[in-house]
Amino acid sequence: MMTRRLFGQRARLSAADLVVWIVPLVAVLLALAVGALLLLALGANPIEAYSVMLDGAFGDQAALFRTLTRATPLLLIAIGICIAFRGGVINIGAEGQLFVGAVSATAFSLAAGPTIPAPWIAILTLLVGFLGGAAWGAIPGILKARFDVNEILTTVMMNQIAIQLLLFLLSGPMIDPEQIRQGTRISQSAQLPESSWLPRLAPPSQLHLGLFIGLAAAIVIYVLLWRTTLGYRIRAVGLSKDAARYAGISVPRYLTLALILSGGLAGLAGSVEVTGVTHRMVEGFAVGYGFSGIVVALFGRLHPLGAIPSAFLFGALLVGAEKMQRTIQVPSATVIALQGLVVIFVVSSELLVRRWTARRQARALPSAPVLPGVPASASHQEVSA
Amino acid sequence: MRGIVKRFPGVLANDHVTFDVEAGEIHALLGENGAGKSTLMKILYGLHRPDEGQIVLDGREVTFHSPAASLAAGIGMIHQHFMLVQTLTVTENVALGMNTNGVTLDLRGVRKRLLEISEIYGLKINPDAYIWQLSVGEQQRVEIIKALYRGGALIILDEPTAVLTPQEVEELSDTLKQMREQGHALIFISHKLHEVRDLSDRITVMRDGRVIDTIPNDDTVDRRKLARMMVGRDVVFQPTKPPLSAGEVRLSVRSLSADNDQGLLCLRDVSLDVRAGEIVGIAGVSGNGQRELAEVITGLRHATSGDVALGGKSILHAPVAARLEAGLAFIPEERHRHGIIGAFSVAENAILQTHGREPFSRGPFFNFGAIARYSNDLIRRFNIKTPSAKTPAKNLSGGNIQKLILARELSRSPSVLIAAQPTRGVDISATEYIHSVLIQQRSEGVAIVLISEDLDEILALSDRIAVIYEGQIVGILNREEADIETLGLMMAGDTTAVS
Repeated sequence: MMTRRLFGQRARLSAADLVVWIVPLVAVLLALAVGALLLLALGANPIEAYSVMLDGAFGDQAALFRTLTRATPLLLIAIGICIAFRGGVINIGAEGQLFVGAVSATAFSLAAGPTIPAPWIAILTLLVGFLGGAAWGAIPGILKARFDVNEILTTVMMNQIAIQLLLFLLSGPMIDPEQIRQGTRISQSAQLPESSWLPRLAPPSQLHLGLFIGLAAAIVIYVLLWRTTLGYRIRAVGLSKDAARYAGISVPRYLTLALILSGGLAGLAGSVEVTGVTHRMVEGFAVGYGFSGIVVALFGRLHPLGAIPSAFLFGALLVGAEKMQRTIQVPSATVIALQGLVVIFVVSSELLVRRWTARRQARALPSAPVLPGVPASASHQEVSA
Repeated sequence: MRGIVKRFPGVLANDHVTFDVEAGEIHALLGENGAGKSTLMKILYGLHRPDEGQIVLDGREVTFHSPAASLAAGIGMIHQHFMLVQTLTVTENVALGMNTNGVTLDLRGVRKRLLEISEIYGLKINPDAYIWQLSVGEQQRVEIIKALYRGGALIILDEPTAVLTPQEVEELSDTLKQMREQGHALIFISHKLHEVRDLSDRITVMRDGRVIDTIPNDDTVDRRKLARMMVGRDVVFQPTKPPLSAGEVRLSVRSLSADNDQGLLCLRDVSLDVRAGEIVGIAGVSGNGQRELAEVITGLRHATSGDVALGGKSILHAPVAARLEAGLAFIPEERHRHGIIGAFSVAENAILQTHGREPFSRGPFFNFGAIARYSNDLIRRFNIKTPSAKTPAKNLSGGNIQKLILARELSRSPSVLIAAQPTRGVDISATEYIHSVLIQQRSEGVAIVLISEDLDEILALSDRIAVIYEGQIVGILNREEADIETLGLMMAGDTTAVS
């Protein structure tokens, strides 16, 4: 095992990470404490609200399955975000990549469903979803690699394009013929053929095979990043473009590849959600997942395996908050505010942890230059356009 | 500073160190890397707190909890790695953190005062240039101006000459003397012996966390004596070189021209041949095209015209990877930026170019056993001081990072080696070692281009010396024809010096 740890500094979750894990948890609690004030102001009893929330997320088996179902797309997106950040690109475009992935998967399944037999159609549908997201990620990737266009801007813009594209398709070319026949014209696609649905793990709950796809993806991407030459190059480019160039590693190629893989995983998340949960594209499908996925990735310390507990926590937060909203009738905006609070607290705690580790390093190594820890390397790159 | 003790886990960095500096004095603090000079100065500067001992400033005992506190007390520090914002101008950098009335920034006032300071101390600088446009020497001037601007009565210079050319060192020493005249107290950290000898009034030598002695800089002091105090043994300054037996031309540069980062012509019609088994030194003042020359040869920069051939084959349009494959090795000037990936472990850095090859990987997957064996072998053979192969490379000292780069480049069995400033900022023992390795490579028939601003180094190692000035090769001398004076004249662009 000794040799396995050669690249270990960031591949392994070390003892120092204990603090690194406790701090964000405390941050979540603090966020909930501030959220309590918000609930008080709205005239709700925060203790009651939070116990409802906890109950909604973990109360019984059904609740737990709901949480896991919700965590699945978040996990896939977050893993993708990890790849991008490790490759030195900031992908804010998971939302759009997810939409495009879901739409391509839907279109493919509807078109090819009758002709391709059972397990293959589902597998191909997921693959098409991955490719759709990958293509959506490739565009900002190529723009960045070729013309040095800031990827934060382009990925955000690609989100807007994807949203409008989705609206157009669902109210036009891809609208369910049934909606036209009945004259209701609700913006949604037809239902996917049953052959491309992902198997449900515990009916009547919606929990589906996608959970295992997510867990497998986390392991695969972990191996990719730290055990393969491909991942090595992505990380090298992410940490130092100058040194990568010096070493003969093609910076544009691996930069684009990082965004393609990142987009692909978001696209996979979209197709998993369609084939696993909704079985059709509807307006308002998976809205906000792409952004939550970024937070999940950061909370998981930009590590694919770290994303697993992180996605579970955020899945619980989302599911619990919905239950709270239904039960004690707080406005839905409260839930969004709560999520916002969690994000702010977690991101700030991240800063504290970074400073703490930097100080520890400085103390341990007198002559070493003090550089911030891991996620710093991802955020290190120039954000200048 | 009296009886300063500072412990780090496992290290006694300062062991009852007593050190003083007077106004109007240049006091050199001399020692190898890890001798404790930096720690001592960081304590003085408020970056570290001492475990024991006291600091007395102008007769009063003081404690500094932060650099801001020591700054307020009139202590300035010029770090080896400059603390400048690359994308701001000189004036803006000097103005940083100096908001005059708390709201607005009087940039024009700062600019005026800056020009006054540069006048008084003879520090030539364009206040409107961006930092990224400046040479290392110019950036250092900005740092000095910054310290002076803030009224530093006591200024610590951490290895200020490590990055300078002979002329710049000359200018710096004039500046320092000027500062001494003005009553500043200067602490000058260095391990370059002759500069310490030339510049300082008193010299304190440290070794292994202790002060060996503080001596006045008088006639009894020479390089050998200082080196012995510093290292604890006699040091070889002039490595013995077997006679030249140059073979075929390995690297051929023909009428090469290229632009610099600002899009200006920085290499004009450069032609140079390097043969197997010889060291060709490129001497020149910083910023005269030597960095760009190395970059064009190694593929990091495009040439606008001309050709570069490796072993007779043009590599002008070959990507970096193909050049590495063809036997080119490069020790880059900015070792932290190009030479290593700081967050990567020593092992990861050891396979920077070769990670895609057997035995380090098979197909897409790494063979960690082979990587561990290889990197541990490099660590042992090149005597790289690191806790382990898993340590992030950024935690190594400058000299050990350089050894790691050297180890990696040489173990690829190159046919041509470009060594840019291989010993800049590296201590005596490591320099001695790096020089011996370069000579050994020469004996093994490697064609070596040695780019250095340290003329002693150029003279000690080179078989031929090409002098570069404003992007042109002014002349190429055989070692026997070259001396410091001639080279100095040529480096200033005086072509009549070429016999």
